[in-house]
Parts: sequence; C-alpha cells; structure tokens
Amino acid sequence: MSERAFHQDREPDPSTDAADEEDEADDAREVTTGAEAAIIALEEAGVDMAFGVQGGAIMPVYDALYDSDIEHITMAHEQGAAHAADAYGIVSGEPGVAMATSGPGATNLVTGIADASMDSDPMIALTGQVATDFVGNDAFQEVDTVGITQPITKNNYFAGDPDTLGADVSEAFALAESGRQGPTLVDLPKDASKAETDVQPVSPETPDTYHPPETADEAVIEAAAETIEDADRPVILSGGGVIKGEASDELRAFARKYDIPVITTMPGLGSFPETDELSLGMAGMHGTGAANLAITNTDLLIGVGTRFDDRLTGGVDSFAPDAEVIHVEIDAAEINKNIYADYPLLGDAERVLEQLEDELTDAPDADEWREQCQTWKDEYPLDYEAPEDEPIKPQHVVERFAEMADDDAIVTTGVGQHQMWACQFWTYTEPRTWVSSNGLGTMGYGVPSAIGAKLAAPDREVVAFDGDGSFLMTMQELSVAVREDLDITYVILNNEAIGMVRQWQDGFYEGRRMASEYQWVPEFDLLAESFGARGFRLEDHDEVEEVIKEAREYDGPAVIDAIIDPGENVYPMVPSGGDNGLFALSEKQLEGL
Amino acid sequence: MSSGELPGPAPEERMRPEGRRNEQGIRIDPEAEATHQPRMAVLSALVEHEPGVLAEVSGLFSRRQFNIESLTVGPTTDDDIARMTIVIEEAEPGIEQAKKQLEKLVPTIAVEELKPEAMRRELALVKVRGEKPDDIQSVAEMYGGQAVDASTNAVTVEITGSKQKIDAAVEAFEQFEVEEVVRTGAAALERGAETMDANGHMSEE
Repeated sequence: MSERAFHQDREPDPSTDAADEEDEADDAREVTTGAEAAIIALEEAGVDMAFGVQGGAIMPVYDALYDSDIEHITMAHEQGAAHAADAYGIVSGEPGVAMATSGPGATNLVTGIADASMDSDPMIALTGQVATDFVGNDAFQEVDTVGITQPITKNNYFAGDPDTLGADVSEAFALAESGRQGPTLVDLPKDASKAETDVQPVSPETPDTYHPPETADEAVIEAAAETIEDADRPVILSGGGVIKGEASDELRAFARKYDIPVITTMPGLGSFPETDELSLGMAGMHGTGAANLAITNTDLLIGVGTRFDDRLTGGVDSFAPDAEVIHVEIDAAEINKNIYADYPLLGDAERVLEQLEDELTDAPDADEWREQCQTWKDEYPLDYEAPEDEPIKPQHVVERFAEMADDDAIVTTGVGQHQMWACQFWTYTEPRTWVSSNGLGTMGYGVPSAIGAKLAAPDREVVAFDGDGSFLMTMQELSVAVREDLDITYVILNNEAIGMVRQWQDGFYEGRRMASEYQWVPEFDLLAESFGARGFRLEDHDEVEEVIKEAREYDGPAVIDAIIDPGENVYPMVPSGGDNGLFALSEKQLEGL
Repeated sequence: MSSGELPGPAPEERMRPEGRRNEQGIRIDPEAEATHQPRMAVLSALVEHEPGVLAEVSGLFSRRQFNIESLTVGPTTDDDIARMTIVIEEAEPGIEQAKKQLEKLVPTIAVEELKPEAMRRELALVKVRGEKPDDIQSVAEMYGGQAVDASTNAVTVEITGSKQKIDAAVEAFEQFEVEEVVRTGAAALERGAETMDANGHMSEE
C-alpha cells in the first residue's frame, strides 16, 4: 500500500475559482437548522479549521460541516482533538475548535479542556448531546457534559434551543478569546441541532456580565512606578499572560529601557529572549540557578501575567521573601490568590506596561544587582556531564537540535523529564514557540499538540520532544500526522521509564521504583514506519547530528527514537514546596534539603 | 545512575534574604505579624436566573475549599435575576478570593460583601412532640415565633430571626423533645436605603 495514496492534496485545484464563487454564495446562505447555525457562527467568527471525532449525537453538526469551508481534521481520539485544538490556539492566538460526540466523546475531551483551562489557552469545544427528551434518563451515550466541564471551562452552554444555539456558539467563541483566555464549551442536543430554525447567529460578543479590565488604576500605577524607581534589586517575572496578551514587545522595551533583569515562568518561555543579557532564564522547580536566586533575593518583583503557580513559587514562605510585589494581571481573582500583591495592577499587560512607562522618570539604580545576577549566571550554568560519553545524554540531543533548527521553530512537548530538558536546553527567543502542558502536566500532550501547532503555522518548523511514556499515551495521533502529511519531527527521549516519577522515587521514596520503569517499550522507529512515518533509531552519540539532520530533511512526520542514558536526571531541582534559593544541583544535595 | 553534580556554590553558600512570607503569601512585617484570622463574611450576589447557576456557585465553593456556613437563593423583583446570600468563614485573603472567584463566573451579575450590621435572618420550622400545645406556643412566643401546625401529639413552630436566636429557640424547645428541625440559612440585606443594582453598584436612591 502506498502511504501517499491517502495524503490530502493541499495544492489548489483547477476548480478553485468556481469554489470561491460558491463560497460567496455559502456566506450568504440561510440558516435552516440549529446545526447549521452553529457552523455558520464558527464561520462568522473566522474559524477555518476544527479538530474532532465523529459520533452519533454530533452527526447533525458534522453534516452541516459538509457544506462548510471549515477544514476538519479527524483525530484518532478526542483527547487528541482537544490537545490539537489547544495547540492551534496557542500558536495562532485564535480559539482552536474541538468537536466530539456525547458521552465518551465528551469525556475524552475533558483532559484536553482541563489542560487548556490551566494554561488559559483559547479554545472552544462543541459536544453532541442526546436529544433533550432523553436528557436525564441515562440514555445511550449520555453524560452530563455541562456539569462535568463546569469547573474546567470559562463558561459552558447547554444549547437546547435551535433558535439561540448559534448565538451560544458565537458568545462561547468571543468569551474564549477575550480577557483572560480559556476554553468554553457548547453542548448540542441532537434534536436541537436537527431542528429547523432560520435565526442567523449574531456576531461574536461577550456577555454583558463579562468586563475584563483594560487599564490599571492611576493611583496604583503612580505608587508602583515610585517603588520601581527606588528599588535596589528589581526583577521582572514574565508569565504566559505576556504572550497571551501580545505584550512581549512592550515587556522587552520596558525591561531594556529600565535595565531590569527578566525571569520567565514556564508558560512565559519566549516572552523575553533568552539570548538577551538581561535574561536569567526560567524560574521554579527546574529553573536556572540565576533565576531562582534572583527571585529569592529581589526586593521588587514585577510579576506580569503570572498566577504564581506552586511549581514556580515553591513554598510561599520562602518565595521572594524580601520583595514588594507589583502584579500586572487581567484576572482579578489571581491578585492575592497565592502571593500577596503590594501593587495590584489590573488590566491588559501591554497597556499597563505602557501606563507604567508613562509614569516612570528614572530607572532604578541597580548596577550592583545586575552584576550579581550576571555572577549567578556564570556560577550556575545549565550543564550536563561529558556529552561525548555513551549512552547519549538527552540534554545533548535537545541542545544540538536547537542549534540546527530554524530560528522561529516551534517546540511542543509531552510531560516529564524530556519536557524539562526541552525548557532548559532549547533557547527560546520568540513568543508562541513553546507549546506545552504547563499547568495540568498532561502526559500525552506531545503528539497531538505538534499536529495542532503545525496546522496553525504550516510554514514553520515544528519539533516535538516526547518521552517514551508520554508518547505511548497518544501515539495513535501519529496516524493523523501521516494522513495530513505534516512535516513534524518527533524526538522521543527514550529512557524506558516514567522518568520524572523515577527521579522522585529515587529522591524522596528511597529508590523504591514502583511502577515507574517499563520492562519493555516498543521500538518506536519501527512503530513509526508502520504508521507510515519515517523512523530513526538513535543510540550512538556520534550520530546525533546526522540523525537530526536526516529527520529534519524528511518532508513528513519523522520519529527519532533516541535511546538516552536512563540514569540522567533533571537538575537543578527545588523539591515540591521547597525554597527556590536552596535548589539542589545533584541528588546528594537534594537529600540535604 | 544519575549524573554527577552541576557546577555552582552549594545551597548553604548562597546569598539569602532575611524575610519570609506567611501561608497566605503575605510578606511578614517583623513589626506586626500580618496573619489574618478567620472571620464571618456575608456575600450577597445577583446572578442570572437560569438553570445550573446554583450548581455552578456551590461547585465553585466546594472545589476551592471555602468554608461555607450557608447558601440561600431566591428570586428577585426582576424575573431574570436571582439573589444569593452566602455566608462564609475565612481569613481575609480567602474572603477576597471567594468574592473574586464568584464575580468571575459568567452568570454572576454583581457581588458585594455586606457590612457587619446588615440584617441577617433565617427561618426555622421546629417539630416538637408534646400534648400541651399551649406550653409550646408560649415558648414560641418568647422567641417571636408561632405554632403553624398542631396535631394531637406534635406541634410545628415557625421561628424567624438571627442564627443565634434560632439556636437559642431550638435549645429551649428541647424541654419538649424536638423531633425535626429545618433551617433555611441566612438571607441578608444591607440596612438603610442602600441597594445593589444590576450593575453591581451600591447606591442610595
């Protein structure tokens, strides 16, 4: 069988002109059913791609999709659809669309929706539901989707009325992308989707009760600006909100103008270039020594678009203990949730930074502090031992790939040790180049997220770092990468273990490696070939570059099964709830903490 | 086994500040330890009157581990709006967090914490065993309540008032043997002319 036989032809075909004319006619087409109203609402919102899996209760919606220009990517599993839509949203900035049927379809989406919720990624999920007459009767493939997804969505809708169903979809879309972004869900009972209606959906607008703040209170801005001018040891903590709020440029200008060192959170990777002299890298559990020491010793922490997650703060008692905190944030509920803000600046990150800049007259006098930060950067390099040794060091694979990759390449990951190495040894310089499960820590995020990322940015290089454990959780989505002929390079850092768990067992459970080591894993290169992808097995240090080169050059999905040193662990490390300043540089130091 | 040691001074050799924060993330001022003790707060919320709102609000409070004392909900003069009264016992940051999380829900129109002097009332129905309805009635009257149902050997009494008053009344009825009690939880409104409008503004009109 030729794998190419089922590749979609993405070249424009001769019938395009005729199709365009038809499109225009389609745009004006009248709503006939609830399902069609839902699809027209998506079209009106500018959606051009959706990820999903067909099924009984969602069939009317898919039937309406038949006549739409929205491209549908059939995923192997609904979790894959949710992660792909999530990644699409991260890379494009526009809500990704995930579709699933009722019952198991909807519950399979749940992990992906929760993931998007934790990372504030814009996404809209459309789920089928049993007909309203059956709701509550434990009907075939019925589940309370609205109830289940309530805590993990910004808002969700039971769209039981065909006349308002389109408006629900429009509102859900608008809500997903405005203010603090996040996932929304519309549950579509089959009878409402099938029912006749001629109500055109309205253009996307958020509900009247939703008022995200725009600019911060002037009095607080004045006080905060004064504090910045007086600070001796200021540091900026740039979070994911900077990227979501398109405030990276403003943050860069601000930091450089006032010469303030910058730390990023994990979701904030790329918001500030790690190549800049002011960059101290990422802080937190596996952050750099310089970032963690700066955050511990600062007297003024300017947090922008961050929620002070516990993987970042460690124990709150030892987090930036001497620092006054300026917190720039669009979600009022994040103020004082984990870390008390002396100066809460509620608003859009870009505009609040502009407000601060307008108010500031002098840069803080912090020459000594910058020197200290530079000393820490020199003293605590991210490093690994003897890269020429066998077996291959995972850090070496990431580092070499980073050097060879395009400047604007997008990195996606699964969750585990490989993800941390991808944080530490890739150099991030631009926003929307880091696509990962930051908050929920979803193993299996890697394979489908790379698909979503590639489809959002077809012209850019996409590399997915995964672990053997994480890859095994969603590897079926490789079939989608092959079918859609996506040029993605998957790199499995294979240590035949759930490596991060094993690292914790060694560090905190006396080396009792319960259920963390695989007795056997598939040969991923052969597995890739059977899917129709190119497979590479990498076990020789001298071949690292050559294999990466070949895999990158292959025009389609390639999988590198990199057999790495199973003894390699991730350092530096702050134990859970620990003191960031006391990060361990080895297992021996970890024992002393 | 694992790699050796990354370069850099060991933990004990590193620069360290003096300060610390408390469990609420508040920097501790050595002059005055800034830890907040729990207190009772009454939140009044206007929400869209639609199915699922109560589940959404109660789910929010339970999953975020707010220490909830009571939650009541009922219609308002506007058919589209319901009013909830939520009494919680939390330290200051918890109260602030509860209020903001509640405000964040899309069906929420407005949230206010009522002043300590706000009027708070709850209703209790107390079913008391006893052959002497007159005795029960006279105890009920002491608490401003009244018997609303009586049969040969049971009387049901209605009491309205503050939580403390109802606690006291229920205790007083123990002399007759209390069979069942049902209580509503607090409903509360600000004193004076102050009202909360649908935009969440407090005003005196």
